[in-house]
Amino acid sequence: MSALYTGPKVCMWTLDHPNPGSLATYVANGGYEVLKKILAEKTPAEQIIEQVKLSALRGRGGAGFPTGLKWSFMPRNYAGDKYIVCNTDEGEPGTFKDRDIIEFNPHQLIEGMVIAGYTLGAKAGYNYIHGEIFELYESWERALDEARAAGFLGNDICGSGWNFDLHAHQGYGAYICGEETALLESIEGKKGQPRFKPPFPASYGLYGKPTTINNTETLASIPWILRHGGQAFLELGKPNNGGTKIFSISGHVNNPGNFEIPLGTPFGDLLEMAGGVRNGHKLKAVIPGGSSAPVLPADIMMNCTLDFDSIAKAGSMLGSGAVIVMDETVCMVKALERLAYFYYEESCGQCTPCREGTGWMYRVIKRIEHGEGRPEDLDLLMSVGGNIAGRTICALGDAAVGPVHSFIQHFRKEFEYHIAHKKCLVGS
Amino acid sequence: MTLSAESLAGIDKEVAKYPVDQKQSAVMAALRIAQVEKGWLATETIEFVADYLGMPAIAVYEVATFYNMYELSPCGRHKITVCTNLPCQLQGADTVADYLKQKLGIGFGETTPDGRFTLKEGECFGTCGSGPLCLHNNHKMHTHLSPETVDKLLDELK
Amino acid sequence: MPVITIDDKQVEIAAGATVMDAARDLGIYIPHFCYHEKLSISANCRMCLVEVEKAPKPLPACATPAADGMVVRTRSGKAITAQKGVMEFLLINHPLDCPICDQGGECMLQDIAVGYGGSASRYQEAKRVVKEKDLGPLVATDMTRCIHCSRCVRFGQEVAGIMELGMPGRGEHMEVMPFLERQVGSELSGNVIELCPVGALTSKPFRYAARSWELSRRRGISPHDGLGANMALHVKDNRVFRAVPLDNEAINECWLADRDRYAYQALGAEDRATRPMVRDADRWHEVDWQKALAQAAGALKVIRETHGAEAIGFLASPHQTVEELALMAQLARGLGCENIDHRLDQADCPPDVGAPWLGMAIADLDSLDRVLLVGATVRMEQPLIAQRLRQAVKRGAQLNVVHAADDDLLTRVANKIIVKPSALAAALAGIAKALQEAGKDVGSVSAALSGAVVTDAARAIAASLASGERKAVLLGGMARQHPARADLHRLAQAIALATGAHFGFLVDSANAVGASVVGCTPGAAGLGAAAMVAQPRKAYVLLGIEPYLDSYDPMVLRKAMESAELVIALTAFKGAAPNYAHVILPVAAFAETEGAYVNMEGRLQTFKAAVKPLGEARPGWKVLRVLGNLLGLSDFDYTGVEDVRAAALPADEAGLRARLDNTAPQGEPSIAASSAGLERLGETPIYQADSLVRRAPALQATPLSEHAKVCWAHGALIRKLGLQEGKPVKIRQDAGESIMKLGRDDRLAEDAVRIAGAHALTSKLGSRYGAVQLEKM
Ligand SMILES: Cc1cc2nc3c(=O)[nH]c(=O)nc-3n(C[C@H](O)[C@H](O)[C@H](O)COP(=O)(O)O)c2cc1C
Ligand code: SF4
Ligand code: FES
Repeated sequence: MSALYTGPKVCMWTLDHPNPGSLATYVANGGYEVLKKILAEKTPAEQIIEQVKLSALRGRGGAGFPTGLKWSFMPRNYAGDKYIVCNTDEGEPGTFKDRDIIEFNPHQLIEGMVIAGYTLGAKAGYNYIHGEIFELYESWERALDEARAAGFLGNDICGSGWNFDLHAHQGYGAYICGEETALLESIEGKKGQPRFKPPFPASYGLYGKPTTINNTETLASIPWILRHGGQAFLELGKPNNGGTKIFSISGHVNNPGNFEIPLGTPFGDLLEMAGGVRNGHKLKAVIPGGSSAPVLPADIMMNCTLDFDSIAKAGSMLGSGAVIVMDETVCMVKALERLAYFYYEESCGQCTPCREGTGWMYRVIKRIEHGEGRPEDLDLLMSVGGNIAGRTICALGDAAVGPVHSFIQHFRKEFEYHIAHKKCLVGS
Repeated sequence: MTLSAESLAGIDKEVAKYPVDQKQSAVMAALRIAQVEKGWLATETIEFVADYLGMPAIAVYEVATFYNMYELSPCGRHKITVCTNLPCQLQGADTVADYLKQKLGIGFGETTPDGRFTLKEGECFGTCGSGPLCLHNNHKMHTHLSPETVDKLLDELK
Repeated sequence: MPVITIDDKQVEIAAGATVMDAARDLGIYIPHFCYHEKLSISANCRMCLVEVEKAPKPLPACATPAADGMVVRTRSGKAITAQKGVMEFLLINHPLDCPICDQGGECMLQDIAVGYGGSASRYQEAKRVVKEKDLGPLVATDMTRCIHCSRCVRFGQEVAGIMELGMPGRGEHMEVMPFLERQVGSELSGNVIELCPVGALTSKPFRYAARSWELSRRRGISPHDGLGANMALHVKDNRVFRAVPLDNEAINECWLADRDRYAYQALGAEDRATRPMVRDADRWHEVDWQKALAQAAGALKVIRETHGAEAIGFLASPHQTVEELALMAQLARGLGCENIDHRLDQADCPPDVGAPWLGMAIADLDSLDRVLLVGATVRMEQPLIAQRLRQAVKRGAQLNVVHAADDDLLTRVANKIIVKPSALAAALAGIAKALQEAGKDVGSVSAALSGAVVTDAARAIAASLASGERKAVLLGGMARQHPARADLHRLAQAIALATGAHFGFLVDSANAVGASVVGCTPGAAGLGAAAMVAQPRKAYVLLGIEPYLDSYDPMVLRKAMESAELVIALTAFKGAAPNYAHVILPVAAFAETEGAYVNMEGRLQTFKAAVKPLGEARPGWKVLRVLGNLLGLSDFDYTGVEDVRAAALPADEAGLRARLDNTAPQGEPSIAASSAGLERLGETPIYQADSLVRRAPALQATPLSEHAKVCWAHGALIRKLGLQEGKPVKIRQDAGESIMKLGRDDRLAEDAVRIAGAHALTSKLGSRYGAVQLEKM
């Protein structure tokens, strides 16, 4: 057994305390100190961004974009309003980490957003919360009230004379609103249809104003980084992959849940922390970064460490750190059918290839699963997927194709068996 | 038609979150609040929200039809939405869904004849680690479902 | 200048240009559906994907900013693969039923599919079927054909100013529709027909009437408002089947108002005058032209000999051509009569100094910073001018309004004064006085301002007009028809002069400027239209007029017509002519004759006949020429319409320009307090503007036509009078009365009641802006 991680945690440390989500717990453990210091010392924004750059914090929302760099894109001398937006629209199948931050450490996120607001010169911030976790929307609003009452939010924050407020915006059932520009449209009270970029949100964001959008975990990491220094954060992980990260592990494990571990931890360690494959079954395949990430067969996965670079080298993505584990009882055709349905159902519909192509792929896979597949279907799926990927406004098109291509690539035999025998290879 | 004073106050609170010239930002919340009060979003409810926020009715309708959790036709007193997405499926969501269907005698998208339950299939709730799960009337989540917990839940919902 | 290379050709790129723009400059066609020059970029159809060097993925040309040194290939393997891929997706759910589709032959999808589509479909599933939507009488739908380009939706939001169509639903369930069961009622709604690249939105009246390739196209000028929209008339078997816009950036851009688009239907109206007719005691006889003309000329001569030439009145419609109006004027003057006018709907018809006009170029309206609209029901009078003003506001213009109704202009109005019609002059005086107080020189009206009251709104409008660079003060149709026209004119002009604004008239008929230019207004010794009616003449010669509808005060006019010894009607439609006329001379209607109009910016636009006149109708200019001959008048030997034009108009544009003049009549404005009591607001409704639109069934079936049938009053007034909304109400005016349904419109000034003029339901009422009483039934 390898040594399982017991070191510092950036976001989930409150779980080691009673009342993890309370303001008292947070403040008692040094919460909001950094904010006070920054406001008291009027720390220059450049200095803060420098630390974030040094930390090698990469966006936790899926794309892994360096946060410090993203922050530096915000126009410094823009005269009008600017916004900071937090993306808690966690709806990618397999991902359930941000909800825990909201539930168990909301004040660190608030502090992170306030610091981001200060650094980027924003007038206000919004947190977009996934529709189905309404209870957490309410608890986050309560946390905001607490923070306001304690002087960490609203007018004259910490007596500095500076005003900044945060609000929650509740989603209501649309995966696509996790895409940052769809999210902005949604806050603006419209259908959540992604915008073509450029212009990027940093120049034309919410209400057409410069806006920075970060994932919940990204923003929640900021106070830790500024408190302990960028270098300390970097050293938690590995070069170019700073920090610990929350991994959401689900599917066929004995103990699904969130585990905050350093980037670069071997996959096997995470599996072990999650209690191993359920009931002693054999590992068959893993989707390492949320449903959009290409699936990897067990043997490839077991050789990966959990960081952006290693998983990318293996042909998939670390994405949001959502690890979906499948044992040998899984029919890959059925699993893919469910994922294909998801993307078909969740396509916003504006781009022709995504609107038409996701439905087409789903119908062909459904047909194969239901014993009506044709020999040419697998090539057709590869070709249709090829005509979607890279041809759409947002990455949902690519996300829909990733599973299809990778499932067929790694488990082609199972698909061929389904087509030829009109039944499933697994269990037959 | 109008909404209760409480609902209107709730909407006003949401409107206040956004810049004064961006009332439309509160449309999702307004529809949610209206739906909680009325059970579903009838044409006149949508028109009311449109007038209240100064939006074209069709723009409100676009929003109401884009997001899954709004109901555009009458719905049972208790809407049970089960996530059947892959992680939940792997953790037994299909079994729970089948159990619910059999127990209520309805399929996904249907309402029991007594108007008590509507059953829906949902997409990822972002809570996969605790699956199988369901949402009761959009706002209350029930996790780690099994036939036994489902029985208990259904009994509680009169 | 930065340079981009597209398909090995280089071009300089303008600031903000996209790859699509640059390609257009190079004459390179990139297939596209959602992109439209006049709409925002949505980049969602993905048809315009091109290869850009160094970009890992193909990029949409419509949305990709052109950058210096960029190398683009629109026809490379990579580009074509991407384009073909998109085309396949577009076709999988599109019904391939071009042979029965109205769009067949003019379908972007069909055209592009020929170049980029595959031959056999790899899609084996059932195609999507979408429920039909009822958009009303103008636009037909076939929603299964929709390719979700969103052009129609963006048009509503961005150009028409009203979001009537949306795309509810998500993913492939997304459908274009109006809000449940609602129809489309905008005055610009028909434009979605050209915008729709497929056969999802087509013309309802044209539906299944003809195939596009059977139609020949003739250029036409819209005969309804002072814009003079350019259009193509589609003709088959000597019949006009439809009208579509022709691009003219300076005038209508690529749009048409619904009125321009559907009025052609009137060409087949039942009451077309197709044979000359004369009345003999109380019986009408169809006669040949020779006889009819001889009778008309003979009778006119008799009147002149017995009562003198001044006993005759000549009234012409401002929708007639330059040539017709010129000959009418020549005829009147040849007979020694100065009683000639085209302003029958006007209460006050002073001798013209020159032709009142817009005072600026139409295209410059878009770039105004400040606008003051006075008595303009602009969406109904000139729908496309209203559209331009919306674009101006979008660019930051402040729109100020002085009117009796706070109609929704579908854009932001900065300041407004809404008062009953008789208080308009006082409102303008308030603005002028505010300017004066701010140190501006208001010139000759200054003495009249002593009694003026400066309200906050007046001060705000004055401040608005005092700032900004490009500004205009514009008088609309209501101000023109108004009894206090001269005062409004004087005051508005003073405001314009004081603020350095353009000053002009939003001319609301096709050729009012032309009519003035060619002298179709009374000379100093003659009577204007109002006087000709108030002091009845023995004889009238009417050209293209429907007097009971076109007049300012139908009550007074009725008496004049009924007491006349002779009425000669040159008209394309019989209308009510058999009741008052003695000779009916059927003249060719719009599209059946050639000629010219001068639009509101003073631009001469000529056109040829698209079809032959119906029956025995003849072009008006020919009829007038023969009448001139028969009356023995000199200089009536024109051989063609060009001759007439050459004689009537200055030789060049500069000469034409010199005849335009907006100078107000001499004298001091009176800003006397308005009368107590209710006043009528009797503008000409959009679909009653002329005898053509009145006869277009599709337009008459629209909500806007229904709107004109209702007597509208402010809710507070309805309460005060104890009346009931939605119930019939009795309207009394002078000796006339009428019954209409009462509607509530809180946007009206409280003591103004909107009762349409130019309407059959109100043709037994009095003056358009006079006192009126409402009574419970
Ligand atoms: C279809 C789609 C869904 C997405 N969903 C989420 C999400 O649920 N949460 C999230 O943080 N980012 C999501 N993203 C990524 C966001 O667009 C964006 O990159 C991210 O919020 C940026 O934050 P980060 O830089 O902190 O990672 C999604 C992207 C796509 C294309
Ligand atoms: S790729 Fe799909 S989800 Fe993304 S913008 Fe296009 S249609 Fe919408
Ligand atoms: S024309 Fe460029 S994406 Fe439609």
